[in-house]
Amino acid sequence: MGGALKQTLQTLRRIASGLSERTIVALIHLCGISAIVFVFGIFFFVFREGSPFLRDIFDFRSFFLSEEWHPTSVVNRRYGILALLAGTGSVTVMAMLVAIPFGLGTAVFLSQFCGRRTREALKIMVELLAAVPSVVWGFIGLMVMNPLIVRLTGAPIGLNVLNAGIVVGLMSAPIIVSIAEDAIRAVPDTYVEAAEALGATRWQLVYRVVLPAAKSGLLAAVLLGVGRAVGETMAVLMATGHSIHIPFTAEAPFFHPLESVRTLTATIAAELGEAPRLDTGPGGIFPVEARHYQSLFVIGMALFAITFLISVTADLIVKGIRRKA
Amino acid sequence: MDIRELHRTVDTADLDLWYGSFQALRRVTVSIRQGLITAMIGPSGCGKTTLLRCFNRMNERYGNARIAGHVRILGRDVYDPDVSLIELRKRVGMVFQRPNPLPLSVYDNVAFGLRVHTPRARRSRRTEAEAVETALAEVGLLDAVQGRLRRKGTELQLEQRQKLCIARLLPLKPEILLMDEPCSALDARGTEAVEELLRRLRGRYTIIIVTHNMAQARRISDECVFMLSGEMVEHSETAAMFVNPKDRRTEEYIEGRYG
Repeated sequence: MGGALKQTLQTLRRIASGLSERTIVALIHLCGISAIVFVFGIFFFVFREGSPFLRDIFDFRSFFLSEEWHPTSVVNRRYGILALLAGTGSVTVMAMLVAIPFGLGTAVFLSQFCGRRTREALKIMVELLAAVPSVVWGFIGLMVMNPLIVRLTGAPIGLNVLNAGIVVGLMSAPIIVSIAEDAIRAVPDTYVEAAEALGATRWQLVYRVVLPAAKSGLLAAVLLGVGRAVGETMAVLMATGHSIHIPFTAEAPFFHPLESVRTLTATIAAELGEAPRLDTGPGGIFPVEARHYQSLFVIGMALFAITFLISVTADLIVKGIRRKA
Repeated sequence: MDIRELHRTVDTADLDLWYGSFQALRRVTVSIRQGLITAMIGPSGCGKTTLLRCFNRMNERYGNARIAGHVRILGRDVYDPDVSLIELRKRVGMVFQRPNPLPLSVYDNVAFGLRVHTPRARRSRRTEAEAVETALAEVGLLDAVQGRLRRKGTELQLEQRQKLCIARLLPLKPEILLMDEPCSALDARGTEAVEELLRRLRGRYTIIIVTHNMAQARRISDECVFMLSGEMVEHSETAAMFVNPKDRRTEEYIEGRYG
């Protein structure tokens, strides 16, 4: 009785091990191609939802070069995203003004100026900073920065480019730190040795040798930070003030950080819930109310294109470093 | 003071050095004479490179190096607390085993030392350009790179890169040049060219060269230091050492019994 059971178990195990080998290989293959499937799937879906708008109403001038965004107006529907682009652009620029000095400064400090134990401790802190959920950042923008900015600058409202820029800058800094630190640590030690033997001080070594040698890696780090800032949604939704407005004037061509704006991402997040997804009516024509939903997907495509361009540029730059090394 | 003392530029007395718990140098006492080429020979791991790197305190880059004893360069103990490391490295230049020009232009490579050691206010474009040109001419590189001074130093041929690494030391007017197997990465022709250059520099600089290549030591050096297991075994004139070594271990090494 016992012997028969043992034999059955062994047979089962043999079958299972033969099967599991093939199953595991198949699963790994599936995981490998899943990234491609997902990216194309997302792109296909976004494109499908937005394509009726592209086909029927889209026109480059009135979409990209008009600041009139009235997707729900009864008499005067307009789909111009210039103000939203300006919002995304100004928040990103402000964020980089914060993130680049902080990020690169931290990376230089971590890799060149501090001991091993300080570095390990600081790196954990930087990773923690990256782990803070974006809604918490938004909350900080709303509840902490908002009154602070009003008090310090006298602006009528503290939800503006400055607020969102600082918040998003702090959110982008960790990725800049980690990529930039890798780039700096990849600088061959022979360069460092050569400069030290010539009597360069620590700082001379950093700014005359290390930073120029790590240049492309640092640029890639900054671009990834930019990508992060462009794509950020929840925090900017809460901290920008969400007002459709171009923070530039003809008199002062530089953007005004104390004005409220709205970004592309925040527009999608805030409006998609209210925009009805409608099917074609009689004659195969979409009702005019269906266009709002579709236009949000066209904004999605534009965002997709922007972040895709940024990542590809960063990737090409990083590849450029590897080829040289 | 003895007249011989004046000719001594590098002196060590009972120099010990540990990397962690490993003792790399044992009571090394040696004095190197000014203006000559001194070769340091010995099998791998004998401590010759470590000794060389004591002279410009490059061993400090390895956090675990510990030192006892004295190293006097140009009359000063370099491990005195008030010695300026930057000043020391200005007067004691170093050439490495693998040519390591900085990832800058040929011109900037040679001007690097001057820029690092001259405050901005006292820099002048003209003197800098002259110094760069003189240095490149001195190492025989000027004709080869003329008109291409803006090209990256890392893109030159191997031999030219090593010459560039020597040239970048010269604008600082160092007194001592330390060379850590400067020809080991070069082919025969490159080696010959660098050796020729060393002969030209002889007399104006005190040159200390670490080499694996006994024939090279014999060809270019005036004096030879033979090291073994962290100890200095013999220091004598090159001609004498190769013909008539004083120590049995030296004799065996020169004959090729080990190493």
